Amino acid sequence: MDFSKELDARGLNCPLPILKTKKALGELTTGQVLKVVSTDAGSVKDMEAFAKQTGNELLSSQAEGKDYVFFLKKK
Amino acid sequence: MSGKKLAIIATKGTLDMAYPPFILASTAAALDYEVQIFFTFYGLTLLRKDLSGVKISPLANPAMPMPVPMPVLVAALPGMESMATMMMKQKIKKKGVASIGELRTACQEGGVKFIGCEMTVDLFDFKREDFIDGVEYGGASTFFEFAGSTDICLFV
Repeated sequence: MDFSKELDARGLNCPLPILKTKKALGELTTGQVLKVVSTDAGSVKDMEAFAKQTGNELLSSQAEGKDYVFFLKKK
Repeated sequence: MSGKKLAIIATKGTLDMAYPPFILASTAAALDYEVQIFFTFYGLTLLRKDLSGVKISPLANPAMPMPVPMPVLVAALPGMESMATMMMKQKIKKKGVASIGELRTACQEGGVKFIGCEMTVDLFDFKREDFIDGVEYGGASTFFEFAGSTDICLFV
């Protein structure tokens, strides 16, 4: 998947992955894609909730080994 | 803005109780909420520029997980509070949990409004210059002006 920016949130715990995702999205323009990599298992549900509430689209959410990889499209 | 609003009253100044207001406020801001925190009594110490005085005490905190069982009399010994604080901060760092300072900054960056209780400042002879910039000062009525129109209102 193509993306404009990548955020490495590995090793960070709640609520940091979401806070940093929000900040990173702020640096993008509408329609651009942000890739987020985290190791916090809680971020799977949190990222869904974040997307639902903010209107940014969660294109995909996948576990890759110890990492959780998300692609978000900025609204 | 999602149009939603959150108000929090922060009344405690210990390390463990500093987390809920800052975690919830910063997260709500990330979710486009309009957020205000009203800092009163010891909660006001969380607005100090220097956060090194924010400590955790094993005393009167019976549910606190301890690496070794600690009788109350031992917990009351001099130095125990500093030791518990140091250990807790190490654990926080190791687990990738944000520090209070980090979360507080995230709140400010996210547009969370901090209101300091005017009466508390007066009561404890606090100095405004000891607090971070950007704090507004007001009383209970000031808080209600916002709290009355919120979706969520929490007392911590």
